[in-house]
Amino acid sequence: MKLTDLPDSRGHFGPYGGIFVAETLMAALEELRVEYDKARNDPAFIAEFEYELKHYVGRPSPVYHAKRLSEQYGGAQIFLKREDLNHTGAHKINNTIGQALLARRMGKKRVIAETGAGQHGVASATVAARYGMECVVYMGAEDVIRQAPNVFRMKLLGATVVPVSSGSKTLKDALNEAMRDWVTNVESTFYILGTAAGPHPYPMLVRDFQCVIGRECLTQMPELTGRQPDAVIACVGGGSNAIGIFHPYIPYEDVRLIGVEAGGSGIASGKHAAPLSAGSPGVLHGFRSYLMQDENGQIIETHSISAGLDYPGVGPEHSWLKDAGRAEYVAINDDEAMAAFHDLCRFEGIIPALESSHAVAQAKKLAPTMKKDQIILVNLSGRGDKDIDTVAKLSGITL
Amino acid sequence: MSRIGQTFIALKAHNKKALIPFITAGDPGKGLTVPLMHALVEAGADIIELGVPFSDPMADGPVIQRASERALANKVGLKDVLAMTAEFRKTNTTTPVVLMGYANPIEHMGYETFALAAKAAGVDGVLTVDIPPEESAGVSDVFKAHGLDPIFLLSPTTPESRVEQVAAVAGGFIYYVSLKGVTGSANLDMDEVAQKIAMIRKHCSLPVGVGFGIRDAATAEAVARIADAVVVGSRIVSEIESAPEGACASRVGHLVAELRRGVDAASK
Repeated sequence: MKLTDLPDSRGHFGPYGGIFVAETLMAALEELRVEYDKARNDPAFIAEFEYELKHYVGRPSPVYHAKRLSEQYGGAQIFLKREDLNHTGAHKINNTIGQALLARRMGKKRVIAETGAGQHGVASATVAARYGMECVVYMGAEDVIRQAPNVFRMKLLGATVVPVSSGSKTLKDALNEAMRDWVTNVESTFYILGTAAGPHPYPMLVRDFQCVIGRECLTQMPELTGRQPDAVIACVGGGSNAIGIFHPYIPYEDVRLIGVEAGGSGIASGKHAAPLSAGSPGVLHGFRSYLMQDENGQIIETHSISAGLDYPGVGPEHSWLKDAGRAEYVAINDDEAMAAFHDLCRFEGIIPALESSHAVAQAKKLAPTMKKDQIILVNLSGRGDKDIDTVAKLSGITL
Repeated sequence: MSRIGQTFIALKAHNKKALIPFITAGDPGKGLTVPLMHALVEAGADIIELGVPFSDPMADGPVIQRASERALANKVGLKDVLAMTAEFRKTNTTTPVVLMGYANPIEHMGYETFALAAKAAGVDGVLTVDIPPEESAGVSDVFKAHGLDPIFLLSPTTPESRVEQVAAVAGGFIYYVSLKGVTGSANLDMDEVAQKIAMIRKHCSLPVGVGFGIRDAATAEAVARIADAVVVGSRIVSEIESAPEGACASRVGHLVAELRRGVDAASK
């Protein structure tokens, strides 16, 4: 079986993925699976999706040669896939448009979403406004504080933001709460899941909607450089921007695929969010994958400067790509990500999201080990406006 | 035959229905669970459902979620739950114990290792909320091989075609979740429940228990008229939550005795 043929009909990527939910959700997931299967084979659906990506999101997003950054880092040439230039400022909108179109097809008038950094919440609130749907966004109470500007954006767009105070008050708890809402309102409600995780068919359909990133790169890189890159780097929380750029590159065996997890205060400190680097397989949020868990199989709290990477699990396809050896996964610590954030601001005039800064930081490590005519493609998954409060606070500045 | 099967046969012989209360192991305290289990039996429980605490109880409402958080704060994990069951079995060898929880703690221990340890501790059935029949290969067969009944859920959204599929892998009894939503939700439509149970019985010979939305003797009686077992969770757990220190077992005992009267009134 080819790596690109997965998942199987029940959502398995080797031992990972699947459908691990209570019986109450099984019918809804089956309905979604059937409906998505029809939609992805429907030329009209695909045409509308592509129209929206072009005219509403502003795709294709450019690939940009970061010459000054490449000089500074010394070694390989660094190219940035500019997902930060999308409408709403991140790759998340690719997926929310796809799912909102599905929701409309299925006659659902209410959409719900979970969010960590707030990017997916904003992207969901945006499409709900665009298609005239009611929108409720669940967000960890901790994240509501960390990402106040995005909370206000969601409210401006007409969404209701519900702070979640259970557990660690972050993304995983928001996800639990969104699932509970869905169980309760399953007939009227479409759950717009924000990353390539959760029960089947979500990991597959989110990947499919995000693959536009990698497909564009397959065309853009030869146009710009005459060939495909030597390495593709993307940050991995749940892993949707990474799988979106990786997946079309899987058959290109000479291209290294490098996923960057949040190393927090360092893997050795235990305060991180790097299940692929330092976790073990388990079942959470409806699927099997690498997880951060303790000796009793309880999910442990994660730590990252970046709310969007602060998640104890990872999309099942990444677990599979890791075990299959097709992708490598590394961890970047908070301080390394911060340094890369400032580098990109000062050398290229681009304020990146803290999530994406993890990918830039890995390029900083990798580039000097490569030749000047080699190429690294970094997925710059989002812009950093939402993070300026966090960065200011870390620098001891009050805005 | 398992203790669960024997219990249902014995009840049927006396024209009675089963009362199955739920508590979360380790809530409110590590040392209080075994005394609470005995109190449940004294007050009229036929089978005990013992919740295994999990950090992310996705299918539970706020009441049981808080119980899980309290139990985890008391450092109660799956091994402790097995130890509590073994302790309970020292003086009670007849009341079946069903563990109810999520896949990950069991998966982390290993399904085979867990099944061996659970059987040795005196566990009779296991309900893993987030393992549907589709994912149960390598789980329910392992449980069955070790003499544990794999309990499965059916819900109002389960289509008739799936009921057979569930019946093929299930053991012990069927747990019909009578409402959409998480545990602790309100309001029960008894006619709808009765219709669903009739449909389930067409495809499955196991006893059918009904849970979700049962909060007093009247709702327990109504459910006992149409089902083989009445499962009560959130109502008992909120009693535990609100009981003053030291009064937990007696308060829960009163409540379960009231539910018992409701269940028995259905057989008169």
